[in-house]
Amino acid sequence: MRVLVTGLGTFWGSRLAQELEARPDVEVVVGVDTREPVLPLERTEFVRTDSSHSILQRIVEATQVDTILHTHLVVDSTQRSGRAMHEINVIGTMNLLAAAGAADSPVRKVVVKSSTLVYGSNYADPYFFREETPRTRGPQTSIERTLLESEAFVRDFAEDNPHVLVTVLRFSNVLGNHMATPFANALRMPVAPEVLGFDPRLQFTHEEDVVNALMYSTTHDVPGIYNVAGDGMVTWSEVCRIAGRTRVPLPPVLAGLAVEPLRAMRLIDMPPEMLSLLRYGRGVDNSRFKRTGFRYKYTTAGAVDAFARCLRLERAVGSSEPEYTYQRDVETFFRHSPAVVRDRR
Amino acid sequence: MSDQWDQQAPKVNLREPDDVAVEAPPQSTDLVPVPQAEPGDDALRSGDVDAWGRSERMREVARTVYDPLYRHWFRVEWEGLEHVPRQGGALIVANHAAAIPSDAPVIMHGIEKELHRPVYGLAENLLRAIPMLGTLWSRFGGVPAHPDNAYRLLHDDQQLVLVFPEGTKGTGKLYRDRYKLNRFGRGGFVEIAMRAGVPVVPIAVVGAEESMPIVWKSPRLAKMLNIPYFPVTPQMLMFGPLGLLAYFPAKFKLRVLPPAHFDVPPGQERYSRSKVMDEAEHIRERIQHALYDMLRARRSVWTG
Repeated sequence: MRVLVTGLGTFWGSRLAQELEARPDVEVVVGVDTREPVLPLERTEFVRTDSSHSILQRIVEATQVDTILHTHLVVDSTQRSGRAMHEINVIGTMNLLAAAGAADSPVRKVVVKSSTLVYGSNYADPYFFREETPRTRGPQTSIERTLLESEAFVRDFAEDNPHVLVTVLRFSNVLGNHMATPFANALRMPVAPEVLGFDPRLQFTHEEDVVNALMYSTTHDVPGIYNVAGDGMVTWSEVCRIAGRTRVPLPPVLAGLAVEPLRAMRLIDMPPEMLSLLRYGRGVDNSRFKRTGFRYKYTTAGAVDAFARCLRLERAVGSSEPEYTYQRDVETFFRHSPAVVRDRR
Repeated sequence: MSDQWDQQAPKVNLREPDDVAVEAPPQSTDLVPVPQAEPGDDALRSGDVDAWGRSERMREVARTVYDPLYRHWFRVEWEGLEHVPRQGGALIVANHAAAIPSDAPVIMHGIEKELHRPVYGLAENLLRAIPMLGTLWSRFGGVPAHPDNAYRLLHDDQQLVLVFPEGTKGTGKLYRDRYKLNRFGRGGFVEIAMRAGVPVVPIAVVGAEESMPIVWKSPRLAKMLNIPYFPVTPQMLMFGPLGLLAYFPAKFKLRVLPPAHFDVPPGQERYSRSKVMDEAEHIRERIQHALYDMLRARRSVWTG
């Protein structure tokens, strides 16, 4: 297997590259991003590209990759500006799929990491979205719009290239000690926000399950769209209770405005899609992916509990993991220098 | 707007995902570990809110508070309760009345008390958007009336689901139209029961109409406030807005009619419209019939 990973400069890209490196049947791992990888990597080739992947076609042709892992969709609007999000999600996906669908392209499998944000969150929603349930309302925020557009590209690609296995995984809110997702950030603060009078039902996925799900679809043939979310549901009040956080209510009217000064003071960064989640929550039906044979390690409550444990450790000792900044030169030295003894027996 | 979503809806079907051959769980050499079944998920939970937002603990509190009202104020009397299935899913439908519906709590409380089975009440989605009230309502067993929710509760969870097919047309009618059933929506409730393969249990309710009748409505205020109707009730004429908190002590009588079973295969995408409408109309007629029958026997609004 020869694999191309997009978004090597994100946690997911680097993490997946690590997993791929560990597999003997993966001959080549090529990663593209605008930024350096964030985790130590051994044999992954890093290629710096622009965010819209415009030179990808040449890379695909040159490396003859058969599998593309598209982990670069931005699913947290606090991470990037609206403009960058559009470039990465929409234009990036478009160019990536154009490269993958070029004449005599070697690509036979594409795995896309998307988000359940594509369903929105609204009072008229059903309690469990299935993969084909339509939204009850058009996209409300730019992140939802860009994700819907990129999924539309993926759908067209799958239709036009029936010989390529295309998997789209829609992940619900992710928690994990490495992750800075809006919910993780909210729980890291001394007090957690809530919208007064609302206590939504939420689902969480542990970051390990995210990695496992992506690896599972890379190593197995599971074409189609799948929701990925830990089993069960918890309410936001219960999440805060497990994490040991006191809730501070935001006014139910004009909550967005109330957050604005806090955002300006950099106390809190709450994207609009999280505010609607704090009102109405969201549930997805995760049974289709389980029917393919995938097994979760964490339930929703389990993911919250695991996150609460690492929060407690963080509070006690500061950061829970030793910091590593990837240094290219050092890694290149380890890989290529004749001074390094490789086959130690 | 709706065209826009049709294009943008995540209604993507890449390649018949359900046809994916179910593979054997990954081998132990695989990167994806086969975890043991999560043992203590319940131990991790601190609340008892289920996947539908319902909390049995809060429901119990509500039952305790509501029971005196049920027994001494409305003096509820049931007949035909044996028609409500003891197990398996069933869709309960009833006539709907009172400015603030008094029939839903009576039916839910009564069945839960007598049969010890939870009842999930489908109601207008907009309720969910109201702070406090929306949350409380869902803890007490309310669920937004989305067809997917109804199907899942009936088919997957095999629960009792209560729905009022008249919707707000039933509660928003004037006192002079009492006990005249409105159109039963578009028969959606029949279609869902058919798809889920469960019976429909019709209930005729007498008493709700008189508990909070509407004497006058203001369409203009309703439009301004963006609510289905703006009622003026006799209680409001006496106590102002506070009147919305008080019901008249009308005597409640409920009659459960024999369940309607449909002679169609479950699980189909669509059912014959004419069959659906026929069945819906038939159920509506049976409830209407039972209502007139009960009203003929009623000597007094207050004592029954």
